[in-house]
Amino acid sequence: MTPSFKYRKIVSIIVAGAMLLPILLQAQTAEQLIEQARQKLDQVNQYEAKGRMKTNVTFLKVPVATVTIYFSKPNQMRIKSEKGVSFVPKGAVSINLGQVLSAKDFTILDAGDDKVGATPVKVVKLLPNDDNSDLVLSTLYIDPAKSLVLRARTTTRENGTYELDMSYGKYSEYGLPDKIFFSFNTKDYKLPKGVTFDFDDGSTARQPAEKGKPKKGRAEIYISSYKINQPLPPGIFSSTGTR
Amino acid sequence: MWNLLQIELYKISKRPRTYIAFAAISAIVFIFQFAFKADGESYMNLMMQSVQDSFELNKTKAINGYFMCYIILNTLLVQVPVLVALIAGDAISGEANMGTLRLLITRPVSRTQLLMAKFIASFVFTVVLLLWMALMALVLSMLIFGVDDMLIFRVKGEESQIMQITADDVLWRYTAAFGYAAVALTVIASIALFLSIYAENSIGPIVATVCIVIVCTVISNINVPVIDRNVKPWLFTSYLVGWKGFFYIATNADGEPIKGSLENWPAIRNSLYILFAHIGVLLGLSTYVFNRKDILS
Repeated sequence: MTPSFKYRKIVSIIVAGAMLLPILLQAQTAEQLIEQARQKLDQVNQYEAKGRMKTNVTFLKVPVATVTIYFSKPNQMRIKSEKGVSFVPKGAVSINLGQVLSAKDFTILDAGDDKVGATPVKVVKLLPNDDNSDLVLSTLYIDPAKSLVLRARTTTRENGTYELDMSYGKYSEYGLPDKIFFSFNTKDYKLPKGVTFDFDDGSTARQPAEKGKPKKGRAEIYISSYKINQPLPPGIFSSTGTR
Repeated sequence: MWNLLQIELYKISKRPRTYIAFAAISAIVFIFQFAFKADGESYMNLMMQSVQDSFELNKTKAINGYFMCYIILNTLLVQVPVLVALIAGDAISGEANMGTLRLLITRPVSRTQLLMAKFIASFVFTVVLLLWMALMALVLSMLIFGVDDMLIFRVKGEESQIMQITADDVLWRYTAAFGYAAVALTVIASIALFLSIYAENSIGPIVATVCIVIVCTVISNINVPVIDRNVKPWLFTSYLVGWKGFFYIATNADGEPIKGSLENWPAIRNSLYILFAHIGVLLGLSTYVFNRKDILS
């Protein structure tokens, strides 16, 4: 090997390394962000949160519900209505971000920068390594300054796409939001014919949306207080409990 | 008049057929309560089938006394007209059949007074029947299933809806609904009483009343534009289920129910006007015909 050839090889390695370095650094940053957000949530082993849930779906005419949310590590969550009957969106349990962040079997991708409202965020995509996983893709919008997830968009095989928008207040040091806006796909509601014998009062409903197209529902949860790392009522996650 | 009414009520209370209605209502209510206690979730699954994937609902809480009463009334108020016709259809024709009508009108009371006494007695029977229904379907269901928010499943135009009424906003609606049902059933009693004048046995007016109710109900449920516009608005059967209007709660711009509100009070009020008009016309006709009738039996 001639000295000039050896020199050229070293220069090529340095140049290639210099070109790859920002990409490697970026990947590390995305992982670091996930890690920092996870560390905040890791402080919480369990919590009980009191709040109000407002469900906004075209076919549902329901009042605002007073709810208590119970969470226990790693992935137990229950939304319980304190009073009355309540419709809880099934995907609402995905507000448990800790489960997503702590999962190991994901490929983390940096998807660049964006803004949530006026806050600049890093966009991080989580791709499951397991081909049979129900979760297809999770996109997190993380505030790098506070290491808080401001938005999460999760696509599942079974139940479509959920979107969470979160804003934080006095519990931000634990990574727990005060306001959660939860969007989800829902099917068109259709009652079986001839069951209800309704009174035709001459009023007309709004024009129904196009058939077959997924409808968007929205739930807003306003949390007034958290009890963090305090014992939860026994059996609260059992299936016979009241949701 | 009061004496006449007392006599008529006494006669109704002494007829065994009077109690058929109470026994029938009790039987139907018990069957419903047993069925829902045993497997009410299947009904809820049927009603929620298209959105079960999207929402969790505690079905045990949703199947409560208020909900049960609504379901029972939904079925019963279609059949109760037959039970009302059993009594009102017998009012004049029963007397004619027994040969007591001629004797009755020889007493120093006007035919109009006699007819009004029979009409009021039929109305009292209807109200007592509804009170019994309220006791069985509402009070008993509240004891068996408890009390909670009430869900109403409804088809409005092309859209299906689920409405939720909070538990503290339900009882006044039932009071109003039973009041409305009393007016609606009084129309049936008026028809039966009117037909009763023409007959000399009870079967004819009872069967004829039931036939009229069935035919008019079928017409009320046919979706033909020309009938919708010109016939349905004048048929009493289009308004028999108007009691449900008290459970159609108004909502704000966000789709949240407004406590104590009605979605369409003018429609309920207009329905009541039409039902009262039916009662007025039928009573007027009955009085006219009965006063001019040759009583031969």
